[in-house]
Amino acid sequence: MKRFLGASIPLLAAGIAFLFGAIMLLAIGASPWEGLKALLDGAFGSWDRLAATAIKATPLILVGAGITIAFRTSVVNIGGEGQIVAGALLSTSVALAVPDLPGILLVPVVLIAGLVGGAIVGAIPGALKAYASVNEILSTIMLNIVMVQLMNYLLRGPLIDPREVEAGTRIPQTERLSDNASLPNIVPGVRLHLGVLVAVLAAVAVYILLWRTPLGFRLRAVGHSPDAARAAGINVKANITMALSMSGSLGGLAGAILVFGSEGQRMVTDGSSTGFTGSAGFNGIVAALFGGLHPLWTIPSSFLFGALLTGATNLQRVLQVPAPIAIAINGIVVVFVVSSGRIREKLDRMLDARSELDGPSGDDTATAKGASA
Amino acid sequence: MRDFFTVSILVATIASGIRLATPYLLAGLGETIGQRSGVLNLGVDGVMQLSAFFSYWAVLETDNLWLGMVIGLVVGLVMGVIYAVVTVVLKAQQGISGIGIFLFGLGFSDLMFRRQVGTPKPANQLPEIPIPLLSDIPWVGEALFEHSVVTYAAFATVPLLAWMLRSTTFGMNIRAVGENPQAADSLGVSVAWNRTFAILIGNGMAGLAGAALVLELGIFQPNLTNGLGFIAVALVYFGAWRPVGIMSGALLYGLVAAVVLQWKAQGIIPRGASDIAAMAPAVLTILALIILAGRVQAPAALTRPFSRH
Repeated sequence: MKRFLGASIPLLAAGIAFLFGAIMLLAIGASPWEGLKALLDGAFGSWDRLAATAIKATPLILVGAGITIAFRTSVVNIGGEGQIVAGALLSTSVALAVPDLPGILLVPVVLIAGLVGGAIVGAIPGALKAYASVNEILSTIMLNIVMVQLMNYLLRGPLIDPREVEAGTRIPQTERLSDNASLPNIVPGVRLHLGVLVAVLAAVAVYILLWRTPLGFRLRAVGHSPDAARAAGINVKANITMALSMSGSLGGLAGAILVFGSEGQRMVTDGSSTGFTGSAGFNGIVAALFGGLHPLWTIPSSFLFGALLTGATNLQRVLQVPAPIAIAINGIVVVFVVSSGRIREKLDRMLDARSELDGPSGDDTATAKGASA
Repeated sequence: MRDFFTVSILVATIASGIRLATPYLLAGLGETIGQRSGVLNLGVDGVMQLSAFFSYWAVLETDNLWLGMVIGLVVGLVMGVIYAVVTVVLKAQQGISGIGIFLFGLGFSDLMFRRQVGTPKPANQLPEIPIPLLSDIPWVGEALFEHSVVTYAAFATVPLLAWMLRSTTFGMNIRAVGENPQAADSLGVSVAWNRTFAILIGNGMAGLAGAALVLELGIFQPNLTNGLGFIAVALVYFGAWRPVGIMSGALLYGLVAAVVLQWKAQGIIPRGASDIAAMAPAVLTILALIILAGRVQAPAALTRPFSRH
C-alpha cells in the first residue's frame, strides 16, 4: 500500500504536468492530441528513435544518480551543468593529447578523465561547505557560471580547431577528436553507444555504494544526522566533501559521454552551458526527484524524461511546436513533485502510525521509507 | 586633450556600469525581502526570463514601453502567487522548487519566443531621461543623471526598502517571520501572509528586473539572462541581507562588467580574456561567501517552512 502511494504521487505530478503541457499546446494553437501522438511517435516510433531516447536519457541517469549520492548525504548539488562541462573539457584535452592510443585504452582513459574533471569541480563546493561553511547551493551555481566561461575561453582559444583559425571562421570548437576515443555501438545497426550501458551500470554502482558498503553507510549516516554521525566517530567534513565529489564525478562522466558519443566527435560551444549540455545538469535533478532520489528508480525515470526530450524534437518537426516545451514541462514536474512531497510525507506518517498499530514491521518498511524519503 | 579623452571614457564606463547594475539591483533587492521573511527563491532567473520575454513581446507589438514594464511586473507577480502557493501553502523544499520555476521560465520563454517572434527583432529601448540641472554638472551629470526611469527607480528603492525593513510594522513583521516564526505566530503575526507578501514583492521586482534588462537592450534571445538571476540571489549573501549591501554588490558587478566591455571595445584585452573576465561575478561571489561565512548571520528561519506544532 505504502509503496503504491509512494509511486503514484510522482505519477500524479507527471499527469498534472502533462495537463499543463496540453494547456501550453492549446495556448499556442496546437492540438494536444496530435501533440501527444507526435511526442510518443518521436520517442518510441522506431528502433532508432528508441535509441535516441536512450542516448538522451544517458546524461540524466548519470547526473541523477550523482544527485542521489549528494541528497542522501543531505547536501544539494545544483552544479551538474558545470560538472558536465568540466568532465567534457578534461576528457577532450586528454583525447587531444594522446589521440593515438588504441581504442581499448583510449575509451576508458577519456571516461576516467571525465570522472576526474567532474570530481574536482564537485569537490570544491564540497570542501567549501565542509571546511568553510559556504552554502553549497550557491557555490555549485556559481561554479556552473565559471565553468561555462572556462569552456568558452578554451574552445575559442587554446583548444580551438587550428583549421578554424586558418579559415578565419573561428567557430569555437575543437578539431575532430580521435576515432579511437569514439564510444563503440553496442547494438549492430542502431546508433546506441556504450555510454548508455556505462550510465546504467553507474547507477547500479551508486545503489551498491549507498546501501551495501561502509562508505555508503557513513554517507547516509551523515545525511540522517550529522551530530549522531560525529558522535559515532564518522568524519562528517570528509564525507560531505566526498559526497559532492562523487556526485560531481558522475556529471563529469556524463560530459565525457556527451563528447565521445556525439556524431560530430568534437566539443562545440554556443556560448551557453545549455548549448552543450542540453540542460542535462538540471534535468538530471528532475529525473532523480521523480525517481524518489533512489539511484535505481533514476534509471526508468531518466528514460521517461529522455523520451520527453526526443519526443519534443519530433513535436517541433511535425507540429512546429518549439522543442523547449520539454524544458518547461520538466520545470512543472519539479514543482509538483516537490510540492507533493509534503502530501507524500503526510501519507507516510499516517501509514506509519497504522503499521505501528498493526504491530512491528519488518526491514522491508525501513527500506521503502529510505527509498521514499 | 588626451586627459579629457580618458576622463570621458571613464565617465561613460561608470554610466554603463550603473545601467548594467540595474537588473542585478532590482532582482537582488526583491530576493532580499523574500529571504528576510525566510523564503529562498532560486527561481529568480526563470522569472526574469519570462518577464523579459513578455515585456519584450508587448513592446514589439505596441511600441508602448510603459506597457512593457507593467507586463514585466505582472508576470513577476503571477509567478509570485505560484511560488507562494508552492512554498507557503504546500511547504515544498525551497531550493529545488526554485529550480523548477527556473526550468519552467527558461523553457516557456524560449518556446513562446520561437513560436511568436522567431528571430530576434529590435524593439523600442528605454530612453535616457537626463535629470534637469543635475545632468548639467560636468562628468558627474553624465555618469549619474542620464539614465532610464527604471534605473532611477531601482536606486530610489534602496533607502525606501531599508526604511521599510527597519522602521515599519510590515518590515518588522517580515523580519520576525524570517527570524523566529514560532514567536511571531504566537504574537498573532501571520507567518503565511507576511511570507506571501514578501514573495510577491520579490517576484514583482524580479519581473521588473527582467523587463529592465530586455528593454535596456531592446532585443530578446532565449536564455537572455545567462545566469544573471542566479548571481542576483548570491548578491543577497554578498550584501549580507541589507539593501545598501545589495546596492554595493550590484554596482561592483555592474562596473566590472562595464570595464570589461570597454576594454573589449578598445581592443585592450583579447577576446579570450573577456571570457575569463566574465567569470568575475561568480568568482567574486564565491570569495565573498568564503570571507563572509560565519561573520554575517542569515535570517534564522531561511528555507524553513513554517507549520504550527
